Amino acid sequence: MMKNKKKYLSLLLSTVLFASMLSGCASDSDNAEEEGEEEVVEQTLTIADEDYYTRFKGDDVEINVYNWGEYICIGEEEGTLDILTEFEELTGIKVNYTTFATNEELYAKLKGGGVSYDVIIPSDYMISKMIKEDMVQKIDMNNIPNYKYIMDDFRNLEYDPQNEYSVPYTWGTVGIIYDTTVIDVAPEDIDWDILWNEDYADQILMFDNPRDAFAIAEIMLGYSLNTENEKELEEAAELLKDQKKIVQAYVMDEIFDKMGAGDALIAPYYAGDALMIMDENEDLGFVVPKSGTNLFVDAMCIPTSSKQKEAAEMFINFMCEPDIAYANIDYICYSTPHSAAYDMLDEEVRNDPVSYPSDEVKEHMTVFVNLSDEASKTMQDLWTQMKSAEDETTSRWLMPVFLVACLLAVIVILIRRHIKNKKDIF
Amino acid sequence: MKRLGKIWFAVVLVFLYAPIFVLIVFSFNETKSRSVFSGFTLDWYEKLFHNKIIISSLINTIIIAVIASIISTILGTLAAIGINSMRKVPKAVVLNITNMPIINPEIVTGVSMMLLFVFFAARMNLEFGFVTLLIAHITFNVPYVILNIMPKFKQMDPHLYEAAQDLGCSPFQAFRKVILPEIMPGVISGFLMAFTYSLDDFVISYFTSGSTSQTLPITIYSMTRRKVSPEINALSTIIFLVVVIVLIVKNVIENRTAKRNAAYKGGARE
Amino acid sequence: MKQLKIFSVPYLVWMLVFILVPLIMVAYFAFRTADGQWTIQNISDVGQYANIFVRSIWLALLATVICLVVAYPLAYALSRMEKHKQSTMLLIVMLPMWMNFLLRTYAWMTLLGNNGIINNLLGMIGLGPYKLINTSGAVVLGMVYNYLPFMILPLYSVMEKIDKSVIEAASDLGCNSRRVITRVVVPLSLPGITSGITMVFVPAISTFIISRMLGGGSNLLIGDLIEMQFLGNSYNPHLGAAISLVLMVIILLIMTVMNQFSPDDQVLI
Repeated sequence: MMKNKKKYLSLLLSTVLFASMLSGCASDSDNAEEEGEEEVVEQTLTIADEDYYTRFKGDDVEINVYNWGEYICIGEEEGTLDILTEFEELTGIKVNYTTFATNEELYAKLKGGGVSYDVIIPSDYMISKMIKEDMVQKIDMNNIPNYKYIMDDFRNLEYDPQNEYSVPYTWGTVGIIYDTTVIDVAPEDIDWDILWNEDYADQILMFDNPRDAFAIAEIMLGYSLNTENEKELEEAAELLKDQKKIVQAYVMDEIFDKMGAGDALIAPYYAGDALMIMDENEDLGFVVPKSGTNLFVDAMCIPTSSKQKEAAEMFINFMCEPDIAYANIDYICYSTPHSAAYDMLDEEVRNDPVSYPSDEVKEHMTVFVNLSDEASKTMQDLWTQMKSAEDETTSRWLMPVFLVACLLAVIVILIRRHIKNKKDIF
Repeated sequence: MKRLGKIWFAVVLVFLYAPIFVLIVFSFNETKSRSVFSGFTLDWYEKLFHNKIIISSLINTIIIAVIASIISTILGTLAAIGINSMRKVPKAVVLNITNMPIINPEIVTGVSMMLLFVFFAARMNLEFGFVTLLIAHITFNVPYVILNIMPKFKQMDPHLYEAAQDLGCSPFQAFRKVILPEIMPGVISGFLMAFTYSLDDFVISYFTSGSTSQTLPITIYSMTRRKVSPEINALSTIIFLVVVIVLIVKNVIENRTAKRNAAYKGGARE
Repeated sequence: MKQLKIFSVPYLVWMLVFILVPLIMVAYFAFRTADGQWTIQNISDVGQYANIFVRSIWLALLATVICLVVAYPLAYALSRMEKHKQSTMLLIVMLPMWMNFLLRTYAWMTLLGNNGIINNLLGMIGLGPYKLINTSGAVVLGMVYNYLPFMILPLYSVMEKIDKSVIEAASDLGCNSRRVITRVVVPLSLPGITSGITMVFVPAISTFIISRMLGGGSNLLIGDLIEMQFLGNSYNPHLGAAISLVLMVIILLIMTVMNQFSPDDQVLI
């Protein structure tokens, strides 16, 4: 019965979709077969100290985790761990998992008030901003024994000098992901200015958040990525405005889809995500421009509004379990600050200059620092103005003329009606 | 003229259905591609049913829609009865304010509720989540209930209620036996409208939801902003099928009652 | 009957707290600074975004006009069908509206992409690829697609009531079909037109989903601007409230104008 139905359905589909099926389905199905032959290695999970995790069993505790999109392994690929389920089963704590797309969105949601999250994962500059504004609370590191795995390089960084507020989750760089079949330029010759190259008009994607977008413009202009100089910020905004007419879309994680499907040719994005996209689309390449880039660290924090601090600490500790940290890093492709997870990675990945650049290369990278309130307000205003700037292509006079015409029509009709009403009286 | 109308009708139908048709077709696609169909599979449906986030937000959506539409129906029915017995000026004022959530853009309603909740959150121990969502949903549902009931009063003889009381009914009995049956069709259609609006609402929920109790539209929104998986297509297909089935059943029932009524009236005349 | 007034008390309280007070909160926030001072700075800052307002009004108007042009003949054809067919046909027209509008908009994303289905089909006959998505045209298309039923429904419900004999009488008295339309059908369907226009225009001018999904983030509308201030990249609820206030005023203005067109002073929706 079921089989028949399936047959019938596929028959129906194949006849109806005749047209689009004709267009190159052969190559795709070949790929699918190859993928199917790949061996799936089931990942296992061993927890050293299981007792630690059983404290809240049966207490009906819930925690709210707020994370970036595509930033955790939830068993979407075969053989990988579903981390949230593992955590729930191990501890009996229910996880409400939601996602955000940019640091600024996270900030807005928390700043608005009335929400309580227990674990959030902001980036460096946002962490220092949140520490300054008292939005995150100190973590009791005694509750996070797995903190011992965090590499020394990622302890006591500038955004959290005493390492009281955050536990590093990932780090990475920003670079350019591009279609190698169309853009025939040697990788070492690619620099940020390719994003302004009019040959690729309407094929360029751009960051949809002010900090990352301004950073690129600031590198181009030779300014510091942490500049607070109003004139420099304005110049950067001007540069971004110039770029606007050749930008196809301002996106964040939509980039997975657009680059994966070949809807665009070039985009700046985070290295880890770029590697993930390249897994799907072999035509793509990724390069970190030599003229400099941003080095970021994303770390787990506990907001002040958290009501389940200990459970939150348990979650953070769980995320630092070697097997879990490995599963995450293996799936999301970012670089890990976790020594045990790093050791579990393939040789190939560990030597990949994109994921783990040498110290020499790191010299050219800048870590974002929290800007002063004034500077970040300026940046946000400039950003909104840039985004709202008129397209050159739409004609300016059309709208006013149309509005005036509408207004005139309204007046004429009102007057006519007025006259008619008067007539009716007589 | 008539033929032209039919052709136009067909053209618009193609415009309305083509995108949905494409969505449905690609829910059976073997690969993730959204433009090339490479083979038939039901994998995405299986994945969908194992996606905990989608399932839990579906449950949330249904719970909120049910509770919100029940409360708003009760609130709205009582309100309609009360408003109907008001004098002209207060009646006009109340009805105008009631219309506000309908006339105002959704985003303004959402933002205004958000500001209210933020204000309360700072002073009382209120948290964005189930409660705020429920309040918001009730607020935008009640006006629809009232709007569905008010016309029924126009068709009703205003003296019936008094007559019932004169004949010895208590006010409550008079309400139950006289008014309620008269406005019942309006109450039911109001309830259904509230329920569907509540199921479907995105904008207002977006501004009033918190860290817990995500509704399905919010989950769909965050899905469209990430790496898109054909699970969305599978979900669309299921939603579409449910809608089609519900509407067909509703139509059949309506036709049947209409026929029965017609037959009954016909019989009475004979 | 007077004693029944008491029934409305729970609702009146609800209305006060959850409809009126929130709107007052919007006004309150619009005139306050972050430090708790009174100010008109926020309102005057809205002026910076005049071009967004102009663009939103323009795109929403365009979508409304297209909806009207598409829906009018359709509603007319529908209302002239045989009675038993009408309800089924109406159901078929309205059915897509029952699907979540995010999913409907998402469907257009998959159709309009540079490597999407439309460009693929066009490519097979040697055309394109055309830039379809991330343009203001795509935004208007999304609006038309999502809000077309809002135009069809009021038009149909008015036209359905137009008696066949009125139209026949007009043609018997020597009107050609063009004059029947302009002199009889259009005036009689005016209430439907006005309520259709408001029902399309208001959601179209304030949407932020359609512009985000189909406009590529570079075609900001008023809705995007408001969303950005509350939950997006530039957190400033005071400015957001001010923009919402201005938007409300614009819509109030439009409603008043539209009210002038409807024959009797009935409530529009």
